Amino acid sequence: MPTAARLSRALKPAVFLACGLPLAKLAFDAWHDHLSANPIAEVMNRLGFWTLFFLVASLAATPMKALFGWTAQMRVRRMVGLFAFFYATLHLSTYLALDQAFDISDIAEDIVKRKFITVGFVAFLLLVPLALTSTDRAVKRLGFRRWKRVHRLAYVAASLGVVHFAWRVKADLLVPAIFGAVLLSLFAARIWTARTKRRASPTSPSFAREPGDGRPPGGGIPA
Amino acid sequence: MARRTWNWPESEVTPEGVYLRRREFLSLGAAGALGFAGAAMAFSCKASAKDPPGGSFANVKRGAFATEEKQTPFGDVSSYNNYYEFGTGKSDPSENAGAFRTRPWTIAFEGEIKKPRVVDIDELLGWFSFEERIYRMRCVEAWSMVIPWVGFPLADLIKRLEPTSNAKYVAFTSKLDPAQMPGQRRSVLDWPYVEGLRMDEAMHPLTILAVGLYGRVLPNQNGAPLRLVVPWKYGFKGIKAIVKMRFVDQEPPTTWHKMAPDEYGFYANVNPEVDHPRWSQAKERRIGEFLKRKTLPFNGYADLVGSLYGGMDLRKFY
Repeated sequence: MPTAARLSRALKPAVFLACGLPLAKLAFDAWHDHLSANPIAEVMNRLGFWTLFFLVASLAATPMKALFGWTAQMRVRRMVGLFAFFYATLHLSTYLALDQAFDISDIAEDIVKRKFITVGFVAFLLLVPLALTSTDRAVKRLGFRRWKRVHRLAYVAASLGVVHFAWRVKADLLVPAIFGAVLLSLFAARIWTARTKRRASPTSPSFAREPGDGRPPGGGIPA
Repeated sequence: MARRTWNWPESEVTPEGVYLRRREFLSLGAAGALGFAGAAMAFSCKASAKDPPGGSFANVKRGAFATEEKQTPFGDVSSYNNYYEFGTGKSDPSENAGAFRTRPWTIAFEGEIKKPRVVDIDELLGWFSFEERIYRMRCVEAWSMVIPWVGFPLADLIKRLEPTSNAKYVAFTSKLDPAQMPGQRRSVLDWPYVEGLRMDEAMHPLTILAVGLYGRVLPNQNGAPLRLVVPWKYGFKGIKAIVKMRFVDQEPPTTWHKMAPDEYGFYANVNPEVDHPRWSQAKERRIGEFLKRKTLPFNGYADLVGSLYGGMDLRKFY
């Protein structure tokens, strides 16, 4: 088998394992008591970080293709996005179960009164329909264009995630600012590519494989 | 023959490596139920800690106001705290403060006192006999510890300095030394760290200057060589590595108040009724415990300090 093909086949399992590493590290550190004196806070912080990391990473796939012509990452975009949802679920569960011990009134008060928790909670809720419609069947059922529009919610969720993070920290905004800057540049890249595409001819070969992508209305292939 | 620990010069005390405390696992069935598949989520306080550097204090008597609550292990007290001069992560202080030089060290006494002067730390420490004060420590981030400090009442020092009648507040300043304190190379806060107390708060018998904890010299990460401990206030009032005390007639600026005035007040008394704008202060997680406990007014010292704030609206003066 040629090397390229072998690499290509290894891509998905490799990315799967890589996405699982933060959780493995967490389990390892839990086992070795390396989760600080306040393990619940440490676990929440780490899971929150990786949620945002994988969410932003999944959003980077399309701009990378448009800007550099790379396509390999498109094959793992869904998996990375689902990992973001997986870490978000663990993050939220840690908050509900370990931090709040399922104290419903405290949790409700937090969600209503604490802006950063409201925003984080909404971000999680936005991810739920995206995870539920992540299957090929869902794409078919919704139609590609509609499915794509729904999945733009990922940008909203990631933005809310950055706000959630920034509102949480006491003074050091460095890491949330880095996430924010990356996200903004992804926005900028998408807007820029959408503009250039609009100017380009509708049969522009570099985008021909993705039906309906940025074409003028009616230009897409019906799903 | 083993020499006694308090005779060891600091340079000679090698950490004996990792010593293992009995682990206190708090198994959490809930974790499994939530689908933490495979990840054996066994939580415990940090079980291993290096032997503390520095010497021990001989003949430290137990002082007043000691709480009988279970003390937070030394390894946790010395590895989990906020000391932004060494980084904003909780473990940054313990990781970055090891080489911090606490000698030579002087403290400047300025302002409304009989004789403003600069005093060498070792001369200053010679003025007092130290005692152990076992206090609760409540962080504004809603976690807490029980810490056996070694120190002396701030009031004893203030009496020696003979403040004038114009001295209404004490303003404290922390060390500014970006070469040694990597956190100061970024302007996360307005360096140097400054704090302040009203004179009656400073003179209160609960208020101490600490030079040690667990009977040993204060670890650098906990504020060596000299730090403030005001147990009824949030931990950020406890300024570390003090280099200056100025006696003034106006309420002095304080670092976190400057940073976010609506979030951190000058008084910063522990108060479960007044939430931080972004999170609740009604409960706290005692380090090493799973379930949160209720936060007590004035961190449980209300009977001792409540009278200092008679007639004050504690929602306004938070």
